[in-house]
Amino acid sequence: MARTSLSAVALQLSGSGAAVSEPAGPASATATPTFVLDVNGREHQLTVDARVTLLDALRDRLGLTGTKKGCDQGTCGACTVLVNGRRIDSCLTLAVMHEGDRVTTIEGLASGEQLHPIQAAFIKNDAFQCGYCTPGQLMSAVGMVNEGHAIDRNTVREQMSGNICRCGCYPHIVDAVLDWKGRS
Amino acid sequence: MSTIPSMIGSPIRRREDPRLITGRATYVDDVKMVGTVYAAFVRSPYGHAKVRSVDVSAAKERPGVVAAYAAADLIAAGLNVSIPVAADLPGLKKPAHPPLAIDEVRFVGEPVAVVVANTPYAARDAVEAVAVEYDQLEAAIDLEKAAAGPPYVHEDLGTNVAFVMPVKTGDPEAAFAEADVVVKERIVNQRLIPCPMEPRSMLAHWDTGAAHLTLWTSTQIPHLLRTNLALLLGLGEIKVRVIAPEVGGGFGAKLNLYGEEIVVSWLSTQLGRPVKYIETRSENFAAMTHGRDQIQYIEVGAKKDGTITGLRMKIFANLGAYHQLLTPGIPTFTPLMSPGCYKLTGFDCEVTGVFTNTMATDAYRGAGRPEATFMIERAIDLVALELGLDPVDVRRKNFIGSGEFPFTTITGLTYDSGNYAASLDKALELVDYKGLRAKQEELRKQGRYLGIGFSTYVEVCGMGPSAAMPAPGWDSAQVRVEPTGSVTVMTGISPHGQGEETTFAQIVSAELGVPIDSVSVIHGDTDKVQYGVGTFGSRGTAVGGAALKLAIDSIQAKAVKIAAHQWEANPDDVEYKDGKITVKGDPSKSMTTAEVGFTAFRGVGLPPGLEPGLDATRRFEPPNFVYPFGAHVCVVEVDADTGEAKIVRYIAVDDCGRVINPLIVDGQIHGGLAQGIAQALYEEAVYDENGQLVSGTFMDYAMPRAHQLLAFETDRTTTPSPVNPLGVKGVGEAGTIGSTPAVVNAVMDALAPFGVKNIDMPLRPEKLWKAMHANSNGKVNE
Ligand code: FES
Ligand code: FES
Repeated sequence: MARTSLSAVALQLSGSGAAVSEPAGPASATATPTFVLDVNGREHQLTVDARVTLLDALRDRLGLTGTKKGCDQGTCGACTVLVNGRRIDSCLTLAVMHEGDRVTTIEGLASGEQLHPIQAAFIKNDAFQCGYCTPGQLMSAVGMVNEGHAIDRNTVREQMSGNICRCGCYPHIVDAVLDWKGRS
Repeated sequence: MSTIPSMIGSPIRRREDPRLITGRATYVDDVKMVGTVYAAFVRSPYGHAKVRSVDVSAAKERPGVVAAYAAADLIAAGLNVSIPVAADLPGLKKPAHPPLAIDEVRFVGEPVAVVVANTPYAARDAVEAVAVEYDQLEAAIDLEKAAAGPPYVHEDLGTNVAFVMPVKTGDPEAAFAEADVVVKERIVNQRLIPCPMEPRSMLAHWDTGAAHLTLWTSTQIPHLLRTNLALLLGLGEIKVRVIAPEVGGGFGAKLNLYGEEIVVSWLSTQLGRPVKYIETRSENFAAMTHGRDQIQYIEVGAKKDGTITGLRMKIFANLGAYHQLLTPGIPTFTPLMSPGCYKLTGFDCEVTGVFTNTMATDAYRGAGRPEATFMIERAIDLVALELGLDPVDVRRKNFIGSGEFPFTTITGLTYDSGNYAASLDKALELVDYKGLRAKQEELRKQGRYLGIGFSTYVEVCGMGPSAAMPAPGWDSAQVRVEPTGSVTVMTGISPHGQGEETTFAQIVSAELGVPIDSVSVIHGDTDKVQYGVGTFGSRGTAVGGAALKLAIDSIQAKAVKIAAHQWEANPDDVEYKDGKITVKGDPSKSMTTAEVGFTAFRGVGLPPGLEPGLDATRRFEPPNFVYPFGAHVCVVEVDADTGEAKIVRYIAVDDCGRVINPLIVDGQIHGGLAQGIAQALYEEAVYDENGQLVSGTFMDYAMPRAHQLLAFETDRTTTPSPVNPLGVKGVGEAGTIGSTPAVVNAVMDALAPFGVKNIDMPLRPEKLWKAMHANSNGKVNE
């Protein structure tokens, strides 16, 4: 009776359900395309298996390790980056799908050593502890504002609910966003 | 000695912040090494099964695979070990716990084999190629049934009971004889899953040239891990270096030594290559330690006026299938802290630790104390309800008085300092208790259900006196004044979000008068830092900070000698004042720590017989635990249509002794509240009857999120601790311990008009709605 659930769990335990082999055997042109990815205003030529997620491409190919993996299942928000200014879970999308898009990661948020105002607001409002969820929170906050959702405290709480913070910094995260946007 | 007052107690921004806010912090998975291979574990899909065979040969043929091992291969290669358990109790059963299961699996997610490949993808793919034949066995899942009889998790033990610990003190018979009422309840403290956002992550590198192992791992206890790992791998301790780089949360679940850490380290020694293993979130849910999971049968004796006389408890604690480092020790905290802030004359408790076919439980924020606090704070409310008294009055009636400290409790602990009435008074004032009760009355008439819940908690932390701990309880600090006057601090604790890089720099700056930016705080690397015990049990500042204070004292004493010699003054007339060394009553004579530090480095002009250099290594052995406390008030409204409990206000007045950095203290309280409130309302680990973890993803396990938590109102009282030279208590777990009962008490208060006394956590809308719509027979009205 529990057979189906058993295999479902077995699948999960072995990783994301869609484990990919990479590199696996002789790569065909379609399986391992070469394409250009624009990240933080820089163009990178990439040759990766078509099944590599944007998150893994950023972290393991481009050395942009600021973006974090919290679940690889689209459920925690730690991997949030901006694609053309909008939020996306980079673990749920394939790198190859983003040729021609503008990808922004935590590394591209500040201008040189000048912090983005949301970064400054996070520091001012003590909006993080262990920091692991923080890059995702910051990108999500910027995306939310771009999307026009940072209206008041309640909408910010709702709109930030896709980003888990186990350290429980939510009240201060919301304060930081409101502080940045001059709302209360 | 006086200090720069502005540094202590100031909301200094954390120096950890810039690297964390820009994505430049280095967590384990951000450490990249050339030639790294990746491990993936084959894990049991069954809660309980015989392992008939494990065949890794097909996996070895998969593209990119470097090696694959089953338990038999490890044993044949000489790695025949059991994952250690440090906690011990009289008569404790300690079944073997191999890092890879040998002939039986006992929980879903138990490792059975390991595959190593050139990429993490290839490793995970190859996991599918490992053939394991299982014969499924009946699983022991239900805690009370498992305590009573078969099936047995460890057949050869002939029982699932790992230990029985009786605690009987005072005169319980007399206490209950003088009681006018005895309130009984079955209290369930459900299983929780810690879920730090960074899962278990490790990278082992065996340097074949130096024959030396470095393990980067996401841990709270690098030194203890190193010692144990060296012993298990048969390497000299000097051949092992453990580094805890940036750690993305631990909450007790990284206060451990995992089989995966042993296996990954061993693999590197075998393969001569760096081996990385980053667990998936599903593995994290299934195979990182869980927390709580107790069922408590309680009887509380009370007099008509609300005086609590005695407490009887029978506790069943779910240990899971095997012991991890502290598994059996965690529930033993529960009886000790069960009296809470109150005076009793009789206490009679029995704790039964029970094996089940589930993941091991172990420390999780609060670790055995939330279970005590939840029980006693609920019990107080149940007594108040029974006697028709205000729960605030019952609390006051039984408080240990502010003049009675140090106070030895009925369970033999000595509470260091406290003023329970003061924190309660402050909370009542903040919440406007009278006004709120009036409003509650008003709203009830309109069919709206407001509830007000209290929790006046005390907890034990600052772990702890070595004699009372399963591992050393002291911690260490080294302070070095460098030739240029900057100061290096090596601390034995291992912070991972608690901000001690900042608070310790504040202490040094205040005491030695050096600018905070010229203080560096180093931790988490066993090749750099002298032995330290780590960060857990809210001990970072209370023990590690106290060691730092001792080291500073030594530096100051030496600096005074050097300055006195320079001035040809009597050392007794020289002192540290406002961060400078001066001659008492002669402000014209003044030297900085940097100036004295340079003299000490140069080695010229020192008093005869005094060694050059200005540094000190000290250890602080705590003479006692510390006991933070506080009063929390939760105001909820339960929607009669949906059953949803919404927190309207949450007031937390906490007392953690002297505060070094209020910003950081508030952050710790907020985080604690989030986890404590989430236990009350949302979180629950669920296994089905076969031992499948049903709540194994963030979609199924209800982690609290931003929209569920409102802004908290925090305040504090300050009662310094006499236990350590800083006067501090811990604050990491207080919020969690204090908050859960406040929320549940509030919801039960809201539901009082429905005659509801107790509902098991988490208080999901469905449960509350049913309780509100049940008729007198307990059936739900259609
Ligand atoms: S890692 Fe992408 S949502 Fe969790
Ligand atoms: S800061 Fe630790 S998870 Fe958010």
